[in-house]
Amino acid sequence: MTTVATDYEVVIGLEVHAQLLTRSKMFCGCSAEYSAAPPNTHVCPVCLGMPGVLPVINRRAVELTIMTALALDCEIPEQSKFDRKNYHYPDLMKGYQVSQYDLPLSRDGWLTIETEEGERRVGVTRVHLEEDTARLTHVDGPDGSFSLVDVNRSGVPLMEIVSEPDMRSPEEARLYLVKLRQVLRYAGVSLANMEEGNFRCDANVSLRPRGSSSLGVKVEVKNMNSFRSVQRALEYEVERQTRLLDGGEAVVQETRGWVESEGKTVSQRSKEYAHDYRYFPEPDLPPMQVNRELVSRLRAALPELPDEKRRRFEEAYGLTRYEAELLVESRARADYHEAAVAASGLRGDARLQRAKQVANWMLGDMARLQNAQNVDIEAVRIQPEQLGQLVAMVEGGQITGRSAKAVFERMWREGRSPHEIVAEEGLAQISGVDELRGIVERVIAASDRAVADYRAGKTEAVQFLVGQVMKQTKGRANPGTVRDLLLEILQNG
Amino acid sequence: MALTRDEVLHIAALARLGLSDDEVARLQGQLSAILDYFERLKSVDTEGLAPTSHSVPLVNVLREDEPHPSLSCEAVLGNAPRHEDGFIKVRKVLE
Repeated sequence: MTTVATDYEVVIGLEVHAQLLTRSKMFCGCSAEYSAAPPNTHVCPVCLGMPGVLPVINRRAVELTIMTALALDCEIPEQSKFDRKNYHYPDLMKGYQVSQYDLPLSRDGWLTIETEEGERRVGVTRVHLEEDTARLTHVDGPDGSFSLVDVNRSGVPLMEIVSEPDMRSPEEARLYLVKLRQVLRYAGVSLANMEEGNFRCDANVSLRPRGSSSLGVKVEVKNMNSFRSVQRALEYEVERQTRLLDGGEAVVQETRGWVESEGKTVSQRSKEYAHDYRYFPEPDLPPMQVNRELVSRLRAALPELPDEKRRRFEEAYGLTRYEAELLVESRARADYHEAAVAASGLRGDARLQRAKQVANWMLGDMARLQNAQNVDIEAVRIQPEQLGQLVAMVEGGQITGRSAKAVFERMWREGRSPHEIVAEEGLAQISGVDELRGIVERVIAASDRAVADYRAGKTEAVQFLVGQVMKQTKGRANPGTVRDLLLEILQNG
Repeated sequence: MALTRDEVLHIAALARLGLSDDEVARLQGQLSAILDYFERLKSVDTEGLAPTSHSVPLVNVLREDEPHPSLSCEAVLGNAPRHEDGFIKVRKVLE
């Protein structure tokens, strides 16, 4: 038997659930802040699903969902409503989840990701609004297995963002998630923190022979708790499906759970039958008519989004696309850069020069220390204007680049101004010829070998001598002045 | 419109109900009768009418995003047959 290795195309679509930053729950006035609360303390008859209660829609949750949809270039239909999605599970107090079925708040948008082959648009099918479920903790004890239910999370506003099956690799799926998280954080609609569970992702993965336009049998993957586990789970799943198809076997349509500790996905058997949710319109919640005025107002309330900001950073500050992308990673980081540049009051080329230097510090030494010590930009002790002052001191020749590094490290630790540190440490650059002449003469007198090399025509020996002077002055000497002085004395001597 | 025995069992499974053979037979008849009513409704001419999801003429009933006091934990657990450390305790169901 001969086997022909088929070239498969990977097809991935993602469903992301993000909790919205509201103060109260989706359909009742209980506090939505559940993570630190003792169990079952943010609960009322509505979110407990008691008979006869009347839920009422949280206006802010609707607005935040529409803002997200606008940030993803979605259409906002005028008519929208809630529906009941029926299923029985102990995390669902009512026996149904209030969600949106055929009239979601938005549809047909996209998100741009930057792949190695360039920019690509991933379609967004819809962004809709629903409610979160209660939290279950499974316990295996001596008296059997049971689940502990905390209803605090039940009814917390949850936004679902469904993508088109437009991603072609696990890496593209990761890029989509990173970008989506960035947009949600920019728009201020969600904390979007996967590890904390307020940003969750399910993935649909299938393979098809390259060139085919029909979709293969898809598998839904769940239980991924970090960006890294999403990528690992998808890579595992692509490999598993490839092996099945190459071996002449069929992929079974099913839900599989990612088991982080074992690095594999396993079938979640109880979902072998297709879910029959029997959606129907939620009779307790009147439909919504989204007027255009509200949409315009929410559009105006959106801040500058990452792509826009990146383009502006490239143009306004003369930065490379790469630099700009790193700086706009978060609003706080971008704001820091802008504040440091703005504090200078510089204009024109001097401003561009300053912007570049500030970027270099932020993406170099500062990023290195942030990563090493796990410090967010918000917690950095160096104030933006202080970083600007440090750059100005180097540009103005008051300190050398080498001293600046030491000053920066002390600013990082102590949060003090560079002027103070330079004055205290006596790091001011020595550019005075008179001040340096004595030191240069002593170095020449103590470096017979290098001086002999220089006289024998090895001009690189001068560099060694410059280094010696820098060492003597703890990096404070102006290297240009030192070099001139050395040459002058050597040639005359 | 007659429902099959398997369809009744499927609906029972979705509702997490265990039915005896007698009950399956009885519900097969009753559920089929309900579907027959809908068949009769389908004979009404709805040409040109927009789908109606709600019977009351209300739209945009929204509330401001302001937290209000919740029930006490004791009250929440009051209806729970079993609880432990403030949690409601249920039989383990794995999905």
